[in-house]
Formats: sequence, structure tokens, C-alpha cells
Amino acid sequence: MAKRKFGLALSVLLAAGTLLGACGSDNGEEAKNEGNNSGGESSSEFSVAMVTDVGGVDDKSFNQAAWKGIQEFGKDKGLEKGDGGFDYLQSAGEEDYIPNLNALARRDFNLVFGVGFMMQDALDEIASQQKDTEFAIIDAVVEQPNTVSLLFKEHEGSFLAGVAAGLMSESKKVGFVGGMENEVIYRFESGFVQGVKAVDPSIEVDVQYTGAFDKAELGKTTANRMYSSGVDVIFHAAGGTGNGVFSEAKERKANDPDANVWVIGVDSDQYDEGAVGDTNVTLTSMLKRVDVAVKDISEKAMNGEFPGGEVITYGIADDGVALADSRGAIPEDVMAKIEEYNEKIASGEIEVKEYPEGKEPK
Amino acid sequence: MSTNMSNRMINLLVPAIAVILGLLVGAIVMLVSGYDPVAGYIALWQGIFGDSYAIGETIRQITPYILAGLAVAFAFRTGLFNIGVEGQLIVGWFAAVYVGAAFDLPKVIHLPLSILAGAAAGALWAFLPGLLKAKMKIHEVIVTIMMNYIALHVVNALIKTWSGGGDKTERILESASLRSEFLSSLTDYSRLHYGIIVALLMVVVMWFILEKTTTGFELKAVGFNEHASQYAGMKIGKNIILSMVISGAFAGLAGAMEGLGTFGNMYTRGGFTGIGFDGIAVALLGANTPLGVIFGAVLFGSLKYGALNMPNAAQIPEEVVQIVIALVIFFVACGYAIRLFLTKMSKKKGEK
Repeated sequence: MAKRKFGLALSVLLAAGTLLGACGSDNGEEAKNEGNNSGGESSSEFSVAMVTDVGGVDDKSFNQAAWKGIQEFGKDKGLEKGDGGFDYLQSAGEEDYIPNLNALARRDFNLVFGVGFMMQDALDEIASQQKDTEFAIIDAVVEQPNTVSLLFKEHEGSFLAGVAAGLMSESKKVGFVGGMENEVIYRFESGFVQGVKAVDPSIEVDVQYTGAFDKAELGKTTANRMYSSGVDVIFHAAGGTGNGVFSEAKERKANDPDANVWVIGVDSDQYDEGAVGDTNVTLTSMLKRVDVAVKDISEKAMNGEFPGGEVITYGIADDGVALADSRGAIPEDVMAKIEEYNEKIASGEIEVKEYPEGKEPK
Repeated sequence: MSTNMSNRMINLLVPAIAVILGLLVGAIVMLVSGYDPVAGYIALWQGIFGDSYAIGETIRQITPYILAGLAVAFAFRTGLFNIGVEGQLIVGWFAAVYVGAAFDLPKVIHLPLSILAGAAAGALWAFLPGLLKAKMKIHEVIVTIMMNYIALHVVNALIKTWSGGGDKTERILESASLRSEFLSSLTDYSRLHYGIIVALLMVVVMWFILEKTTTGFELKAVGFNEHASQYAGMKIGKNIILSMVISGAFAGLAGAMEGLGTFGNMYTRGGFTGIGFDGIAVALLGANTPLGVIFGAVLFGSLKYGALNMPNAAQIPEEVVQIVIALVIFFVACGYAIRLFLTKMSKKKGEK
């Protein structure tokens, strides 16, 4: 009797096996068709895609800004999401960069963006293999003839954030929350500290690194410590970790509407992040216009002017970095002062240092 | 005889039914979210076995899972719960990359030396919890969890010091690399490397130690019943330490495979790799046996790598994919319930 039951179970297994098998043969054909389609389309049209780093496409920061740029470019050119248009792939870990970059190159996208310095080695390797695809990397330099490297002068934008923080702080104590310690985040720290000190050298800047870009809970505890010690403006350059800075500030604002707590957002305009009822804790955001750079390069590549092998740096003068609309949080007279510094940096009168004191590369 | 047969049948049926159940519920999740489950699973299948590149990358992904699974399973057989595989993997990764980059030796010496360095570092990292457990009865779960964080941050600091403030180590020399032109060209430039051979070799090593040596017998005996083993004249402390050291060596090797094969260097990390923790599930799926670990690692590695193709080919968002994959793993982990059900059924039949 027992045997019959197992016979039944076995036949179920077999049936499942055949089903799966059928799937297998189906998809072979489909893949071929897809291949033909995308091949036909990409010859007539331009297509662009990106790979996110571990932050994911909805990190409300860096990756999201790049994706926004690609979406806008796609809309302008009447492209659709998917093969032959525009698309993105997310990476769950560092081991996913290479397969993801490779997958996009194999789907015949003309231009593939690698978002983030962590993708440097992976993109270098894929760019040397997929010579027919054009690549762009953000925040790192990859020396390949089919790759353009896009850098930002975060220190210039952060200087303005520092000026805003310095002028708006009542307690004369401001904070900086960084993600992982690396050259890019050092530029944020350096610019911010210089901006604050330019306003008033006596203002204290509490600099903390959380060591991660994806740990909101760490951002929250760090912000909690800072606000408790009397800091009233925090500038974060910590991606997803920075979301914790916002939630701490919002909690404080919700408990006490008169609390003087501010957050300066980073990369994208993070105004929506800071909403508490009718008020908002976002002072402004240091915009890193990854979207501008992405659109700029896509446009150039589409017109056959892809600047392969070059390193392009976007600063204040190129609209690559800027402060976001404060929506009234910063009064007119402070805005005027920020504008003054803005012009001085754009004209080269003020030169902002890239590295914080004592953290220069040896 | 007949009950033996049915037991073996159950052992085979349980994982198969579990996977099918997981896929079915995953399909429902995709349907409810408005995506085509057939397209999704085709994409998953293609992502795992679609072409030589996918197969190469899948095997590449399976390699560290096998070793991490072995590490957990080995300690488990001695009654120890090694949660520290993650930390041992990280120190092993670093040690292997360091030896691979800092010395200039011929390949026959350099490659084995780098691999051994990884194993030794992992073993050392596991020795400490073993020692504390053996001498002071401090529970290994607590110590190993803490050691994970120590490993993560110590290695981050070492990378910074070594690279002069940068965030990644130098690349290992060609003579220490597990990668090969041959495997690469065979699989259309995938990152498949010889680590899979090391991993399979270690499966044999674990089987050999446990089943064919006196030491293995003692280790298992301690796992079954500590007091009885002591009464029989075995040294409990020595066996606990030895078990942790061997387990840590497997974990260190997993890290060495990542360092010498997949990446060729090491980045500072914001968090854990997750391989060590997945290793716990791999070991449990494989019932802590060497062969079972291979099965668990193949399942985990394939799903993890194949899942990448679901957003790519079927436009299913990453989040839904994660749920589907988690469901499959959930049902496989629930194997016990399915086994219970099957045994009951067969018993009832038997009574009639």
C-alpha cells in the first residue's frame, strides 16, 4: 500500500518535471526572438541603462538621482523602459556588479552607467571585455577607451551647505554624518567644515562616520547623540544611513514643535524626507546633479560624441553641484550670503580643499 | 527492508516537494503582484542554466556556500553552533589576499600558501571561541557573534592601513589567482574559478575526518553526548577546540575563494557578506552531512545567482524576487513538517 502512495508522489514529481521541461524549451525560442527584436531596435535607436550599487534604485539619494536622469532622458527621446530603451538593474551585493553590468551589455544597450565608486573594478573588467558597449562610471576613474569617468566637486557644494549650517545654527554646534570613510565622502566633509569655518571659525563641527551607506538605524543613533549634545544642524552624506538622521530629527520635531533641529540632505532634493505634519526639518539639500551628468553623457553618446577615455568633473560652475530650494527655511539675508560664496567659488576666488585636514592621501 | 526503502524515498521526496511547494506559493505571490510567474521562472531558470556564462557564474556562487555550509555542519556534528562563520570568512578573505599580494613566489607555492593563509586565519578566529568554550564554558554562540563584528571592523581598519587610507586592497598577483584563462574562455568570460575543486575536495575531507578517523569518531561522540564521552575517557575540551578550528578553517577557505577567485582583492565593507549566515541554512538543509551540504549550497547558490536574472529578463522588481526566493528557502527549511506528513501517511497505509 505504501508503495502506491509513493508511486503517486513520484508521478506528481514527474509531471512537475515535464512542466518545467516545457518551460525550458519554450524559453529558448523566446530568448531567440528577444535577441532578434532588441538587435533590430538598437541599430535604429539609442538605448541606455544603469546598474545601481548596493543602495538600490530607491535610496532617495545617489542611485535615485541617476535613475531620474535616465528616465528623463528616455522620456525626452520617446524611449520605453525595457530592451532597446532604458532600464536599470539593482545589485544586492558586490558580487552582483559584474553579472549585472554584463547582462546589460549583452542586452545590447548602447550606453551602460555604473553608479558608484564601488563598481570601479567590476566596470574596468567588463569594459575590457565588452568593447562594443560604451560605459560611464560615476565617482571613480576607469581607464578604458570605451569608458568615461564622471566626478563631482562635492566639496564645492558642501561648502555652501556649511555656510548655510553655520549661519543658521543657534547653538554654534553643527554635525556631519558620513557613510563609509573614502575619498568621495571626505570631499563632503572637507567642504562642509570649510564652509562652516568661513562663516564663523568658533563654530564646533562634530564629524562622525557610521561606516555604512545602508544602515538607517546607525544614522538615527548618531543623530540622536549629536542633537542631545546640542548640535542643531546636521549635514549627512551617508545615503540610506542618512534616512535615520531624518527620522531622528522628525521625531524630535514631532515631540516638540519648537525644537530647533535641522537636517541638510544630500545628492537629491530630500525635502520630502523631512516633512513632519505641516513643518519640515529639511534646511536644504546639497544637490549632486548625477541626473544632469547622466543626461549630458547620454545626449553626447547618442549624437556620436561619446567622450570615451576622458575624466569629466562637474562642479558649481557646471551646475554639477548646488543647493536645493530651501522653501523658505533659509531667510533672504542668509540666502544672499550663500549666493555670494556661490559666485566666489564659481569664479575661482575661493578654492575649496578636497581633503579634510589630516586625511590627505599619503 | 520495505521500511528502509520508504525512508530513503522520503529523504528524496522531502526536498523535491519542498522546492515545488515553494515555487507554487512564489508563483501565487507573483500573480497577486501582477507579474507573470511563468516568465519569472523561465528567467530564473535561464539565469541559472541559460548559457555557459550563467552556469559558470552559478558555480562560482555555489563555491563559497559549500565551504560555509561545511564549516557550520562540522561544528554542529560536535554539538557546537558556529555562528562565527561570517567573521572567519572575512579574516580568511583578508589573509588570503594579503599573502596573495604581498609575496612574489612561483605559482606552485604561492597559490597553496595563499589558500592556506586563508584557512589558517579562519581557524585562528574560531580557535578563540573554542578555547573559551572549552576552558570557561562561555557559550560559543555569544562569542562567535561578537567575533563577527570584531573581524569586520579589524579587517576594515587593516585594509585602510595597508592601502594608505584607501578603501580596497591591492590586487593579488597572477601567481596566487584561482582564476584561469581556460575556465574563463570555457564559460564566456564568467568568473568561474578553480575554487569549486577546492570546495569539493573539502567535502571529501570532512567526510573522511568524520567517518574514517578516530578523531572524527571522538568529535561525533562529544556531539552526541558530552558526558558519556567524558566517561569513556575522551578529552572534551580538546575535541571542542579541534572542532572549532577545523570549522573555522573551512570558513576561512570560503573567504579565500572569494579573495583569490571571485574578486582578486578586498574592499572595506559596511556590513557582512551574508555568506556565513546563509551557511547555517545550507548546513541545516543538508542535515549537516557533507553530501547534504553540496545539495544545500547548490540550491542557495543557484537561487541567489539566478534571481538576478528575474528583474533583468522578466521585469519583476527585486523586492518581489526576494520574496519568491525566500519562500522557496522557507519551504525547504520546513522539510521536517513535510517529512512528518509523509511518514504519517505511509504509516497509516502500513496499518491498513
